[in-house]
Amino acid sequence: MTAGTRFDSLLRDMSHPVRPTRTGAVVILVVLIVLSLAALVPLYWMFATSLTPSAMTVRLPPELVPSEPTLDNYRAVLRQPNFFRWVINSVIQAVSITAVTVATASMAGYALAKLPFRGSRTLFWLFILSMMLPFEAILVPLFLVVTRLGLVDTYLGLLLPLMVSPFSIFLMKQFIQTLPSELLDAARVDGAGEARIFWEVVLPLVRPGLAFLGIITFVAQWNSFVWPLVVTRSSEMRTLQVGLVLIREQEPLFFGLQMAAAVLAAIPVIVIFFSFQRYFLRGVTVGALKG
Amino acid sequence: MAGQAPSVGTAAPRPRPSDRGRGGARTGAVWGVVFAAPQTLLFALFFLIPVVIAFALAFMEVRPTSMSFVGLDNFETVLGDVLFRRAIVNTSIFTAVVVLFWLGKALLIAYLLDPMNHTLQTFFKSAFYLPAVTSSVIISLVWLWIYHPNFGLLNGLVVALGGDPVAWLGNTSTALPALMAMQVIMGGGSSIVLLSAALARIPRDLYEVAIIDGAGRATIFAKVIVPLIRPTLLYLVVTGTINTFQVFEAVYVMTQGGPQFATTTVVYRIYQEAFQRFNLGVASAQAIVLFLITIVLAAVQFRFLGQNVEY
Repeated sequence: MTAGTRFDSLLRDMSHPVRPTRTGAVVILVVLIVLSLAALVPLYWMFATSLTPSAMTVRLPPELVPSEPTLDNYRAVLRQPNFFRWVINSVIQAVSITAVTVATASMAGYALAKLPFRGSRTLFWLFILSMMLPFEAILVPLFLVVTRLGLVDTYLGLLLPLMVSPFSIFLMKQFIQTLPSELLDAARVDGAGEARIFWEVVLPLVRPGLAFLGIITFVAQWNSFVWPLVVTRSSEMRTLQVGLVLIREQEPLFFGLQMAAAVLAAIPVIVIFFSFQRYFLRGVTVGALKG
Repeated sequence: MAGQAPSVGTAAPRPRPSDRGRGGARTGAVWGVVFAAPQTLLFALFFLIPVVIAFALAFMEVRPTSMSFVGLDNFETVLGDVLFRRAIVNTSIFTAVVVLFWLGKALLIAYLLDPMNHTLQTFFKSAFYLPAVTSSVIISLVWLWIYHPNFGLLNGLVVALGGDPVAWLGNTSTALPALMAMQVIMGGGSSIVLLSAALARIPRDLYEVAIIDGAGRATIFAKVIVPLIRPTLLYLVVTGTINTFQVFEAVYVMTQGGPQFATTTVVYRIYQEAFQRFNLGVASAQAIVLFLITIVLAAVQFRFLGQNVEY
């Protein structure tokens, strides 16, 4: 094997019937690098600005690599009033909604897949139909319901409406449906109750589904903005995403500060992304992450 | 997933607990209700009731202390509202352009990646996916900084190339295109993954048969690839259009609907009406118009793109 062919197999899938020529593969590589850099440079720029002293950010031409890197912006972020409250609120939001959604959606998915009851088909179709309707379309009436319940600017008001997840029910139903009913029946013959079957037979078998649902729910909740924006009022109840906008409104000219706060808010999901990359890159066809 | 379903027919017939009589089936049904209850209750309280209220409110005038039935007045207000019509036009332009370019980009990348080395594929899929897990607020803040008229990265580049700085988000002619460009450049991560998976499922024999028949790359793309990944494309067009039509974060963070309403979108308009002017009746009527537009969009696309789809 010459160096050329070794390089070649690093580039092309040699078993693909319509693979490009070697030159073609190099051209494709260049196109892919250009397109991916267009999306990655803004993220790099966020990091670079976060390390640049404030005075240097309002100067032309922009410094592509910070010449005097500093952590001052990060210190300034940590001094922002209520910043730690926002972080804690975001953690509460993401963790509690993920836990409740995974638990209740797998229960509902099990019921719809394996324990039919009167009206369960209708209920399933209601869930499917509601998946078509974007959250923004019910924002106003949902806010009225939460106001009537006296839950504006409370944790329950923030969390409960976001725990409704027909998509998660649908996902778990799809996973649980593939389990052989004979297996569950065998456990029943052995005298296991439904709760035990769910806990000891169903859940262990759909662990990859639970992990996938948990990861995408956490990321979606950590990133969510519209509901926390309208349902919280006091600075203490704001979440990190809403806090980022507040920081930018209060300090419109301190770009280093804004970018440092953005980096801190991005780090958890970036860490999760790289830790669970295969879940994101597997391409589950019901995937409903943003485009 | 259907392929993994067990072939029930081959199992030896043996008594099932549900055959023990009506008691077993009824116990199962009771447990079904119990297991479905938590999500169903949340769904009823925070989805069904709000939807019903939205329809009811749309025909009411809501004041802090009273409500009165006003028939179709709110809809007249909404459809007669120049700003709301402007918002629909802006959002339609935004959605059409973004979905076209974003999906085109995703399809191009997935197609180019398909015959490449596996490790290289994973690397680029990750690179394109990273912006998709970063929140819209963060992306919007970063691009607000990139588009900054005086010190932004983009104008730094423009000036370095000998041009004059542009107020990207301050001109009525560039503000909406600037938001669209941001969305297309940063978007596409999860669609690339879905399209790649669809391309990888195409049986390689089909390519070989096409090659033997003398088909070139363009023919293979049009006659083999596109028909086979059509369900995935349909799914992405429908969900992409519906989601893009709800654009809000970028407008809220970057332009507040300006300059001169050039970037006012439907959801932003509803937000202003409901949460800045507290006009909940009108906002509900607007939300119902948004709801109807969404349904029509989905239905049209299913009809238009759904023909000849084999599932």
